[in-house]
Amino acid sequence: MCVRELLTNKGSDFRRVLSVREVRYGEWRPLWLLLAVCFVGLQVSAHAQTDDDGFRAVVSEFGDANFREKEAIAERLLDTGHASARAVLTALLEGRFFVRDQDQQPFIVESTDEDLSAFALVDVVSLESAGSAEPDQLSRVITNNRLRRFLRITIARFALSSPEVDVRVDAVKQMLRSLDEASIELLRERAAEETESSVLYEIDTALALADLDEDEAGARLAAVNTLSDRLSPDVYNRLSALLERDEDGNFVEADEDVRLAATEGVRRIDSARDFYSVIETIFFGLSLGSVLALVAIGLTITFGVMGVINLAHGELLMLGAYTTYVVQLAMPEYIDLSILVAIPVAFVVTGLVGVLIERTIIRFLYGRPLETLLATFGVSLVLQQFVRTVFTANNRPVVTPTWMSGTLQFNEAFSLTYNRLYTILFTLIVFAILLTVLKRTRIGLEMRAVSQNRLMARAMGVRSEWVDAMTFGLGAGIAGMAGVALTQLTNVGPNLGQSYIVDSFMVVVFGGVGNIWGTLIGGMSLGIVNKVLEPFAGAVLGKIFVLVAVILFIQRFPRGLFPQTGRAAEDS
Amino acid sequence: MKIRQQALSVLFADRASLGFLALLAAVGVLVPILNVAVPESSPLHLSTYVVGLIGKYFCYAILAIAVDLIWGFCGILSLGHAAFFALGGYAMGMYLMRQIGTRGVYGHPVLPDFMVFLNWDALPWFWYGFDQFWFAIVMVALVPAALAFVFGWLAFRSRVTGVYFSIMTQALSYALLLAFFRNDMGFGGNNGFTDFKDLLGFDLQSDVTRSALLLATAVTLAVSYGACRMIVTSRAGRVIRSIRDAESRTRFLGYSVESYKLWLFVFSAVMAGVAGALYVPQVGIINPSEFEPINSIEVVIWVAVGGRGTLFGAAAGAILVNYLKTFFTGALPEVWLYVLGAIFVGVTVFLPRGLVGLVPALSRDR
Repeated sequence: MCVRELLTNKGSDFRRVLSVREVRYGEWRPLWLLLAVCFVGLQVSAHAQTDDDGFRAVVSEFGDANFREKEAIAERLLDTGHASARAVLTALLEGRFFVRDQDQQPFIVESTDEDLSAFALVDVVSLESAGSAEPDQLSRVITNNRLRRFLRITIARFALSSPEVDVRVDAVKQMLRSLDEASIELLRERAAEETESSVLYEIDTALALADLDEDEAGARLAAVNTLSDRLSPDVYNRLSALLERDEDGNFVEADEDVRLAATEGVRRIDSARDFYSVIETIFFGLSLGSVLALVAIGLTITFGVMGVINLAHGELLMLGAYTTYVVQLAMPEYIDLSILVAIPVAFVVTGLVGVLIERTIIRFLYGRPLETLLATFGVSLVLQQFVRTVFTANNRPVVTPTWMSGTLQFNEAFSLTYNRLYTILFTLIVFAILLTVLKRTRIGLEMRAVSQNRLMARAMGVRSEWVDAMTFGLGAGIAGMAGVALTQLTNVGPNLGQSYIVDSFMVVVFGGVGNIWGTLIGGMSLGIVNKVLEPFAGAVLGKIFVLVAVILFIQRFPRGLFPQTGRAAEDS
Repeated sequence: MKIRQQALSVLFADRASLGFLALLAAVGVLVPILNVAVPESSPLHLSTYVVGLIGKYFCYAILAIAVDLIWGFCGILSLGHAAFFALGGYAMGMYLMRQIGTRGVYGHPVLPDFMVFLNWDALPWFWYGFDQFWFAIVMVALVPAALAFVFGWLAFRSRVTGVYFSIMTQALSYALLLAFFRNDMGFGGNNGFTDFKDLLGFDLQSDVTRSALLLATAVTLAVSYGACRMIVTSRAGRVIRSIRDAESRTRFLGYSVESYKLWLFVFSAVMAGVAGALYVPQVGIINPSEFEPINSIEVVIWVAVGGRGTLFGAAAGAILVNYLKTFFTGALPEVWLYVLGAIFVGVTVFLPRGLVGLVPALSRDR
């Protein structure tokens, strides 16, 4: 990833790439945040673009400077307004700034983890990767307490004056983890001129945390009261620390009122966190459930109308996912739109494959459901191997568009990821369209007629063969659209289908075969139950519990939650 | 006495059974002789690899007969029989693990290697007794039987039939797959059991032991075949077939459909477990992938290829399809899934009675 190239682009483009990477490569997050900050630094002083050589010269001076001189160099670095200044100083602060012994060149090191046999070097000017070196070929540019304090404040001041609100908020959050007098002073200054409420809120938190160390009990009480509706873990830890006792059995906090307020505050934060975690579990459950429902709906249609168990359903999902990949290959310039384009394309592609399967195989097997099961399984094997032949057995990368990445942050304890939100929304839209098709169109009417009584429908002039082909095509097409959604949640590979097939059968059986509402409700309930069980039992054991529970459920309700009624149900 | 006469008459009255058993006897006797007694330089010599392969095919044949018994004669399509097979295999594997003793990598006298690796300090309770061969053999039959009994009792009692039953058995097998993948289950997790040393004191690597195992498998196959023949030709067999063809009518005639199904299902599960137990020492490994739903479905296709409802057809289908699998995965690995998929589709669409259906004389007894 070439940072300089990105820096020349408009801010929005850069952030697009950033957000994509943030989601896909979570472990790179610190680095990217750092780069984002650098980028913002560039914006501030874009007019004062100094030449890179001058900057490099200043950076090189760190090599043989003493601590006092290093402070001066640091200030000069920031004065250059160079985009990389902040990254260099942060590296210096964190002990990741080195000079190569052989040529006295300065470098930033990505990580100084002791396990690493070679350090990855980063160029100080471009912030691009500059090879690697063994630790004993490098000398660390050392710092002392005083210099580190100076750097921390300098960097913080620099960030606090950033025009970007997010950068300022992050800077305050960073500072409140290690508050000292200088940073408190800095925050007080900033509070006076800050206009943005989200930044002020964080500064309030930080100052209240600082006030907890005040000698006067009243000030501490006020601080505790301010803090008791904050959800950040730092606040929580500080408040709980007030309630602990030291070795002699005395309370850390001497004043009883403050202790009472802190107890109340911890309780309030606890209950707020519990509340949000319940909501979050339900949300996770709903998003998993909507995937399950989306995956199962195609199955339930084909089973309900035609009495056909389609074991190739999972592979139709997989085809939909690969269609997304191909669509993205075809339109690399418009990745944001690609998912929206892929939905109808996948519907058509897998729908046609479905019609083909129906016309060439399944229509010879009506009335023999167990044989259909075997034949469609054969089809699934062929499709899997086909995908392996065409795309190789490796997973294919599908890019997440900007508008689907990132999170909707409500507060520090609660945030929803956009891709899950959109999945739920997508499922609901698909269901709405499907219901409309079934209830309001002629083909829907014919499908319902055939599913209720095939012979009678034929007698009334419904071409049941055509209805069968359309039904299977519709079921397959929906599987394809579900496949598009799955690209955002899981790996796109030849085995994608298999991992969903058993689950989707559970949903169909649980909800009641051939019942669309049953599938929706069945999927959502199984999703929520899965997610509720997960923290207690772990993901795998939770899944086993759900499987066993469904197996037992079927004993009691052999035809699911919403069984088909009427004469049609009797002879199936 | 009467039963024995009946059994003999059943087996020897029809030519297909006779042919099948004769072939089995010939292979069971000839292959070990060709492997052990004929010197390696002779063109007639059979390598130990081939002996193991034939033994493996015979195990699959037992499993196929077990599936055919319930699917072909009673209409119960189980997509979870590989689970019973694997459970039997695991029971045998536990015995073989205990036999390793101090010869493991860590040399612990009691604990198998993977437990030492997981820092366990004592044998879990469900491993007790598996150092005794008789106990392992009992478990090989009992564990699949118990699972089949509980599952079948629940399912048949509430009249879960047809594809519902198939999907439920698939889910059962999938749940077991997930469970056995877990390290803390105490069954070796992902890696399962391997590195077996000996069985009843006989070295598993030696040619003689391999040949003996093959013979034992052939005998078991013959006995299972005979037992299944007896069941399907008995009076109970008629009831079972009538359940397949008209379940409600059979029930209204006063037969306890549920008990017939349940006992047949349990018997079939035990056969699958025994097949698994014979399979493990011959292939030398057992791991959770044996529970994969695809394995169960493959068993069903062996039966369909040979011809369901004929027993010997199921055995022949198992051997044929597995021979093809060995051939293709060796010669053209990327083609194998296409071939298998084509077999699935072709047999169900064009050969509903399997290969046996091509020979009218053989398939008349349906």
